[in-house]
Amino acid sequence: MSDAPAQSVLVLGGTSDIGRAVASAYAAKGWQVTLAARDAKAAAREAADLTARRDTSRIETRSLDILDTDAFRGFLDGLPALPDTVICVVGAMGEQARAERDPVHAAEVLRTNFEGPALFLEAVAGRFAARGRGLIVGISSVAGDRGRATNYVYGAGKAGFTAYLSGLRNRLAKGGVHVATIKPGFVRTRMTEGMDLPGPLTATPATVAERIVALEERPRDVVYILRRWRLVMLIIRAIPEAIFKKLKL
Amino acid sequence: MKDLSGWGRYPRLYGPLATAQTAEAATRLTASAPGVVARGLGRAYGDAAIGRERTLAAPGLDRLKGFDAETGLLRAEAGVSLHDILTTFVPRGFFPPVVPGTRFVTLGGMIASDVHGKNQHNEGTFGEHVEVLSLALPDGRTIRCGRNENPELFRATIGGMGLTGTILDASFRLRRVETGWIRQTTSVAENLSEAIALLGRTSGATYTVAWIDVLARGTSLGRSLILEGEHAGRDELEPRQVPFPPARTGRFGVPFDMPGGLLNARTVSAFNALYYRKGARRAGQTTLVPWDSYFFPLDGIARWNRIYGPHGFVQHQCVIPEARAEAVLSAMLDRLSETGTGSFLAVLKRLRAGTGLMSFPMDGLTLALDIPVSERRLALMAEIDGLVSDAGGRLYLAKDACQSRDTFEAGYPNIAAFREVRRDAGVFEHMSSKQSERLGL
Repeated sequence: MSDAPAQSVLVLGGTSDIGRAVASAYAAKGWQVTLAARDAKAAAREAADLTARRDTSRIETRSLDILDTDAFRGFLDGLPALPDTVICVVGAMGEQARAERDPVHAAEVLRTNFEGPALFLEAVAGRFAARGRGLIVGISSVAGDRGRATNYVYGAGKAGFTAYLSGLRNRLAKGGVHVATIKPGFVRTRMTEGMDLPGPLTATPATVAERIVALEERPRDVVYILRRWRLVMLIIRAIPEAIFKKLKL
Repeated sequence: MKDLSGWGRYPRLYGPLATAQTAEAATRLTASAPGVVARGLGRAYGDAAIGRERTLAAPGLDRLKGFDAETGLLRAEAGVSLHDILTTFVPRGFFPPVVPGTRFVTLGGMIASDVHGKNQHNEGTFGEHVEVLSLALPDGRTIRCGRNENPELFRATIGGMGLTGTILDASFRLRRVETGWIRQTTSVAENLSEAIALLGRTSGATYTVAWIDVLARGTSLGRSLILEGEHAGRDELEPRQVPFPPARTGRFGVPFDMPGGLLNARTVSAFNALYYRKGARRAGQTTLVPWDSYFFPLDGIARWNRIYGPHGFVQHQCVIPEARAEAVLSAMLDRLSETGTGSFLAVLKRLRAGTGLMSFPMDGLTLALDIPVSERRLALMAEIDGLVSDAGGRLYLAKDACQSRDTFEAGYPNIAAFREVRRDAGVFEHMSSKQSERLGL
């Protein structure tokens, strides 16, 4: 065993399929991993799995509700040490039709995708800036690149998150803290189970995790997990609004 | 409605599939309505993993629960695949006590089918190595079963085809291995009685199995290659050989159904003759083979079940008591070669009695072969089943798609006790598959 302290990563939304893959990829690199999730039992299940898979795994769990914004500062102060990297995988697709009828549901989708993640990373950013070092990774979505009838509540939340990450990146660029925005496109997970996803545009959680871990060696600003998504979204954004509003996408 | 047909794609069956991501969800879905059975990776060949009314899949039930490197004890959820277990633990120097012929099966499926491998003559079935398991019952309860805890239900669950409740998790011990290589020795048997004798003589080997040329006739009837295997030690490897070779990923696949007529007596017979001659040239030689190609030769070919064409195939696996084995197997091979009913990779192996109430193995010899489905061949199989029954043998439920109730009842004298355990546990009407309905399990 080496005496050098391991690098550490905090994964918010650690019980999602992407969160689990990210945690596993960091554990494989020998990092100390803290999984934060609302459901403590689910987090413990993931931690047990990761621990059983490697002799060297060091996994901890913390309970955190992304809608409980008042708890964020206390949560961060309560960690034994400020992590080297913080990754926010939190998000919820919600149901568009229900969100149109039910403002409580719509607000929850907006808060889960935008307010909670943004404010948590804001709290992290201040601490990273003071330390002068750190990597912040936010999982946003291509759905935030342009609002569409089928999922604009979710998309608007992600759009806000994308803008927030962009602003944080701009603010911290000179201070040694890097902010990366990840747009996974379609990913085969529990969230998309049963959906008919187009193969060439669909990634696996493991690929998402691989691209995120790669940021430790080579920081990037905005990452489309499958590069062809960049082109797809370029085209979708370029369609004039007068035409776009009549399209079914 | 989902296509729930088994690996042999005969019979073709469709039905609703409910999906659970956690043990709590699997427990709830088990209790919610009768006529249900759990399905793992769908590698049972026939209709065993298709619910009478509804089928329960638990793809998310794939987490490990704990591993003790000192004792090798692994606790895991029932949906963990053997592939996952192997790729996680072989590089750490551990190997399961028993593995079947494919790594694309789940822990729950291995217990429910009480699978066996090439070391069955020494180590018994997989179920003999299970220490404890949890079972979700129709009344919503979850209970633990082991040799000291609910032992009757435990014994019925081993090989119980998922009919005692939904297996949620289990624990068993992995063995230490120095490398991921198998030292394989090939020997040749010119005919069936030599093959049986050689399997007896090589029973000291950790692994031993015979590949048999089903289409050889006359004095060559039953000619076989006997493949013995031992886990290789570190000192046996060449410097360039990595101690733990990684599993091959399926680079080759069968992209569509091969035309049914392509596999006929002539092509299969030519293939088998070639395989036999190639193997015979290696007779007496010892080679080092990576673990995955030794144990799972067909896993390298994705969706190999399509080579038998759109009508599907039946895997016929019987076991015949020792005393009658040679005569009955010889009669079976006669009928198969007479009718030109060939099979790739027919396998002959010596078994010892199992411990589960409904376990397949008995002291005797087992023969497994693939038979593409046609009306004529189904009739031939019924005829062969008669030979098995008369000899006091039985058919493997994990492979079975078409045996008759009579064949089944004659082969499994513990069926009355099994039904009683099912009634006592309150699962009799509730846990039910197309197979259990067909055979009256």
